[in-house]
Amino acid sequence: MDDLLDEFIAETREMLAALGGELVAWESAPGERDRLDEIFRFVHTVKGNSGFFDVPRITALSHAAEDALAAVRAGKRHADHALVSAVLAAIDRIGELVQALETGEKSGSEDDGGLIDALTQSAPEPAAEAVSATTAPAAHRAAVRSIRLPVDLLDRMMSGVSDLVLARNELARKLRQVSGGTELDTCFERVSGSIADLRDAITRTRMQRIDALFSPLPRLVRDLCDETGKQVSLEIDGGDVELDREMIEMIRDPLTHIVRNAIDHGIEAAEERAAAGKAQAGKLSVVACQTGNQILIEIHDDGRGIDGDSLVDKALAAGTLSAERAKRLTTAQKTALIFEAGLSTAREVTAISGRGVGMDVVRANIERIGGVVDVESKAGQGVRLTLRVPLTLTIIPALTVGAGGQTFAIPRSAIEEIVRAEAGNVRIEALGGARVATIRDRRMPLVDFGTLIGVNAGEHGSMLIVLKLAGGGTFALGVDAVHDHEELVVKPAAPAVIAAGLYAGTTLADDGRPVLLLDPPGIAARAALSLERAEAESKAAVAAPAAPTVASLLFKSIPGPRRLVPVAAIDRIEEVAADAIGATGGRLHVAVDGILLPLEGCGSAPPERAIRILRLSDGATQIAYGVDEVIDIVAAGTEFFPAATPGEVRGVTLIGEDQAELLDLHWLFARHAAGGAVVSERPSCLLPAGDPFMENILRPLIESAGYRVLRAGEGEGAQADLVILSAEDAAPAPAGPGRVLRIRAAAEPLGKKDDSIHRYDRAGLLRALSAGGAKR
Amino acid sequence: MTTLLLIVRLGGERVALRASEVEGVVEIPSVTPVPGAAGHVAGLAALRSRVLTVIDCKASIGLLRHEDEKPRDAVVAVVDGHPYALLVDGVEDVVEAGAPSPLGSAPGDGWSRVARASVEAEGDLLLLLDIAALIAGPAAVAE
Repeated sequence: MDDLLDEFIAETREMLAALGGELVAWESAPGERDRLDEIFRFVHTVKGNSGFFDVPRITALSHAAEDALAAVRAGKRHADHALVSAVLAAIDRIGELVQALETGEKSGSEDDGGLIDALTQSAPEPAAEAVSATTAPAAHRAAVRSIRLPVDLLDRMMSGVSDLVLARNELARKLRQVSGGTELDTCFERVSGSIADLRDAITRTRMQRIDALFSPLPRLVRDLCDETGKQVSLEIDGGDVELDREMIEMIRDPLTHIVRNAIDHGIEAAEERAAAGKAQAGKLSVVACQTGNQILIEIHDDGRGIDGDSLVDKALAAGTLSAERAKRLTTAQKTALIFEAGLSTAREVTAISGRGVGMDVVRANIERIGGVVDVESKAGQGVRLTLRVPLTLTIIPALTVGAGGQTFAIPRSAIEEIVRAEAGNVRIEALGGARVATIRDRRMPLVDFGTLIGVNAGEHGSMLIVLKLAGGGTFALGVDAVHDHEELVVKPAAPAVIAAGLYAGTTLADDGRPVLLLDPPGIAARAALSLERAEAESKAAVAAPAAPTVASLLFKSIPGPRRLVPVAAIDRIEEVAADAIGATGGRLHVAVDGILLPLEGCGSAPPERAIRILRLSDGATQIAYGVDEVIDIVAAGTEFFPAATPGEVRGVTLIGEDQAELLDLHWLFARHAAGGAVVSERPSCLLPAGDPFMENILRPLIESAGYRVLRAGEGEGAQADLVILSAEDAAPAPAGPGRVLRIRAAAEPLGKKDDSIHRYDRAGLLRALSAGGAKR
Repeated sequence: MTTLLLIVRLGGERVALRASEVEGVVEIPSVTPVPGAAGHVAGLAALRSRVLTVIDCKASIGLLRHEDEKPRDAVVAVVDGHPYALLVDGVEDVVEAGAPSPLGSAPGDGWSRVARASVEAEGDLLLLLDIAALIAGPAAVAE
């Protein structure tokens, strides 16, 4: 008997799920006989089946609905809005009752009388328009070859296969050690191939069409429209994309919430839309597609958009945002405030949304499964929310790192950036016991993992991994080394391991050793970080380099000699693969972050292996400089022995006992700047402060011409023999005996009377400098 | 009624574990430490494709941790779906024994938390240890 009941429950639920879209479609075109038949068949089946069990309420409801629908089929009643709503309500109630039957709980609503009345009472109006007799044969129901399986059986199969994959990897390792000959290898290859196929197949059994997520949406949208009196047309695409069924369950609530939000707050009422010159019916599209091993779900409405300023006001009122930081927010950052806890743009709390369960929960849920939510809003044009989630929960992309002599894995979704601790744009300072890293003017707490776990206390790792947390904060995690990107089969960790508060799970590395998967929020909590976002993003005051020495990066160049480059000119240091480097017209270039940069320092032949590059910047353009090995950051003196001929090296200086060549940044950048310039006959020697070009690139050139460089504020312009000004800056030349040299960034003169020099007109600059005469 | 017992050596004593709760006995060649975890959690070990959480039973009953890095005998048990390896000094035998009887007198400090009963096997009276309590470790007492 129990089996029969279970069967009844399962069948009814399945039919209900399949019916969701049909119901709404039927409402918009009540004349369609096929749909009507489908719904009729459902209530009829339910009525028939329920007769076997003691479920009088279900029987009564389905009976009433059947009667009403039969009347429509017979042309005695018209499928008006009231009738459709009544049928929908009855079907909903049936769903509720079935649910209650399954869980053994009591259904919340007790009285079905109203529903049954609604079905019967609407006076059978004369069939003004009988249901058009579309006599098309009922759609042929394809026999489905399927069986029903409990999900935990699938889970067991999945974990069995994961084990099999790991066992195969272990076997592969052992085989390599003994080198068993080709016959054994061939045999192993075959086993290995079958396992891979099996894994694919099992993974697919856990997959479900994302339709399961989308099919309730038409109904949801319809009900919301009813409630709000708005008109919305829903477009759904990509329902055939497949996703791990566990994932689908995890996304269901966030997606529902987003759709509710879009209709409740995003899409305007018809009149408002008309006034804004939009179609009366709002458009909401939900699209899924697969990109690589991620599923992308995009929810796009054409409503009023998110009012970033009102979010800022709310955040200010709630005290989660400082007034000072509010001023610096970009539009995108303002929009992203929607993800902050407790902020809602809803002007008033409605029954549908704005009850405090907000987008912060949506984001937390998506991030918990390793996904990402992005929001993009255009005022008056709508909001586009993008959910990116991994295909499955069990295999996650991760980065393996070394710390304290051990290997750990970090979920890649949490990683924002990886930088070297000694990179020029990274500063690490100690504030009391805590450490703070400043990466490109962005300040964030630094947690050294080695210190946290009690090894190499007081030191910090050479690599910093910038991790972002679900809450939006970031911190840098210091580790000793970054190993590799790997796809890891993650297994839950035992409670005793979870209790450490640092780990999210365990996994086996390719070499068969267990690896702990780090839990970034846990680490932040353990390190007691206060991730004040205001602080995290505050601009650090970047101190000007001390006058007598220049903080310089000492490195081993690819040709061999040790060279120096001012740290301030380095944007970042990166590792690039050999195939990212190409040669065109005798010059090398390298592709990084989707852009091509000229590559210097490698001679004319592309290197045959991965190299490290310095990304140098003059404030506007970037070039890459290949290096063999980064040695250290040193304070280099300004004294040097100039090179005989201009080239990438402008001279040699001493670092300690050893010689090091100074890179001539001016020469390097000049090679890659748009050429051509006018020669001027006038010179100068007081440099304006705060211009990276002047400070990092021009200054060495002026110095090599024999000048002593004063910076603004340091020496008075009146005492300078030569005053260098930016031509774009209209500041008047200071009064004094010194000559004035204007330097412009533009390749062409700014006007007829413009006597400035193009910043990369090397000959012109040198001539101007020598014409002024080094008076020392 | 008889019970199958696994006799192991631990902290200089012969003690018993219920054989029905034990999946097997393995040699753990190396352990990956879990920094930050409780003291009785020796680390992780790979057994075929499974990751075992290695419990140092000596530490769990309040004795000194195992120090040597040699491969060690461990008893594999699955508790709440998680596989564990319990490090012991040595594994002796599986024997049949009578029904366990409650302890007449409380054993020494660490033992009282993990030993709930005594059992007679091969003429000796042995402590019957509770695997879940060994895994929970000393901290569980405080809670």
